[in-house]
Amino acid sequence: MKVLVCVSNVPDTTTKVTFSGDNTQFNTAGVQYILNPYDEIALARAIELTEGGKGTVTIIHVGEISSEPTIRKALAIGADDAVRVNSAPRDAYFVAAQIADYAKDKGFEMILTGRESIDYNGSQLASMIGEFMDIPSISIIKKLDIDGNQASLVREIEGGKEMLKVSFPFVASCAEGVAEPKIPNMRGIMSARTKPLEIIEASSVEKLLDFKSYSIPAPRGSVTMLGVDETEKLVDLLHTKSKVI
Amino acid sequence: MSVLVYVENAEGKFKKSIFEVVSYAAAIAEQLKTELIAISIGNVNQADLSSLGKYGATKVLNVSNDKLKSFVNQAYASIIAEAAQKEGSTLVVFSNTFSAKGLAPRVAVKLKAGLADSAVELPEMDNDKFLIKKTAFSGKAFAIVELVSPIKVITLNPNSYQLKESGSTGKVEDFTPEFKESDFRTMITEIVRASDKIALPDAELVVSAGRGMKGPENWGMIEELASVLGAATACSKPVSDAGWRPHEEHVGQTGIAVSPNLYIAIGISGAIQHLAGVSSSKTIVVINKDPEAPFFKVADYGIVGDAFEVIPKLIEAIKAYKSNS
Repeated sequence: MKVLVCVSNVPDTTTKVTFSGDNTQFNTAGVQYILNPYDEIALARAIELTEGGKGTVTIIHVGEISSEPTIRKALAIGADDAVRVNSAPRDAYFVAAQIADYAKDKGFEMILTGRESIDYNGSQLASMIGEFMDIPSISIIKKLDIDGNQASLVREIEGGKEMLKVSFPFVASCAEGVAEPKIPNMRGIMSARTKPLEIIEASSVEKLLDFKSYSIPAPRGSVTMLGVDETEKLVDLLHTKSKVI
Repeated sequence: MSVLVYVENAEGKFKKSIFEVVSYAAAIAEQLKTELIAISIGNVNQADLSSLGKYGATKVLNVSNDKLKSFVNQAYASIIAEAAQKEGSTLVVFSNTFSAKGLAPRVAVKLKAGLADSAVELPEMDNDKFLIKKTAFSGKAFAIVELVSPIKVITLNPNSYQLKESGSTGKVEDFTPEFKESDFRTMITEIVRASDKIALPDAELVVSAGRGMKGPENWGMIEELASVLGAATACSKPVSDAGWRPHEEHVGQTGIAVSPNLYIAIGISGAIQHLAGVSSSKTIVVINKDPEAPFFKVADYGIVGDAFEVIPKLIEAIKAYKSNS
């Protein structure tokens, strides 16, 4: 079985988000980049399902040379080889078009992504790849098992879950529950240096949108502190002042 | 020209977030001086369909077919795109639900439309520009996105637009789509819904607890507080990682982002990753025994105290309030 795992390079979760250039650009100064936490889950499951000669895992990343440490980390965790599409990841549509373009004639049974990247949170990639390739896509799965020539998945829905079956090939975006992220061991880190990393140029894709500017949520007013015995007063304030109950 | 809004049903019924997105799409249609058309797929009764007119849908396309009883995103996307083309829609709007995440991007690709997900406000449409505000960096920031394509797609975050009753009843029309067999390669085998609980993504009130609760055996009082309030329960990452609570309750940067009217955080210190997921809550109450907990800095109301002492009192106070109102 051939599995393709799409990974992105995102600011570490502890990053304090600031913007520069009159709030038109994310300020990358001093920001540590990591492998997107949800992509780690997708990668971990791909490795589990292909271990012991049952298949191969290829990493694909759309990004510039600066994100190669993230690709090497994915290889250290256990992917077999990697492809980098050499272009800034303009938006989800652009990235999905690149990945679909690469994957269309490679015979992957499964293409996995994280549920969203923790910077732009679009949750768009898996569905867009599916649409570009005209194959099924299942968003935000919590479980993924292989069952002969099809896969059994559990998808999250509001207040519940949906069990489904899908035939190969398909795309799915993975959330918590699919697998526990794997920590690379020393042998993995050493071998990652020599695993194949192919660099390909991006194809041209029409531009549908533009990120214009950013802002930080307005700070709240000062906190009203109450005593342990003032829960009645709290309930009253929530009703009369905040009007939320 | 028209605006098309997809009205998702859960077991044949519309939730509040659907009335919100119809109200939202109606406001945009009014600004564009055009008609708002709703499209429903699945089995929803006529009265519920025409009631969408109350929120501004002048026409409701009803796609009802046994094959489409359960959600197959590929097939649903084809139908919505087909309707958009037939109705000359220049904008397609969705509520940003779990299903919409599997649907809206497929529709956007079919229509070569720019997609703004997680919108929190009406678009700005001056001088032929179309600018829309969305959440970014997992709630740590907002981004303004300009959609430059002729056809546009928006997904609206639940609980970010007020219901607005404007119209009367919508005219319900049957819509018969063209089927493509290859759109049905996924099959739902079972759906499980926790019917006794309020779903976290839709919740207007949320009671959330962290490691300060010391162990899963102490969640009884959290559930009781949620139940007397009519709130959903949530938790912090360490709690779901430890297996005290299920993953779908994990709120924060690597869990889900929520925007309820009220978020009560109990025994959660307020790490930056957790705060990211709750920053768009309207009112935040923090209960923590550590007066230095960072969560107090972003709270509207705070109580420094032991959760095991404060929660029973809070439950009593809410019960008293409920019995008087």
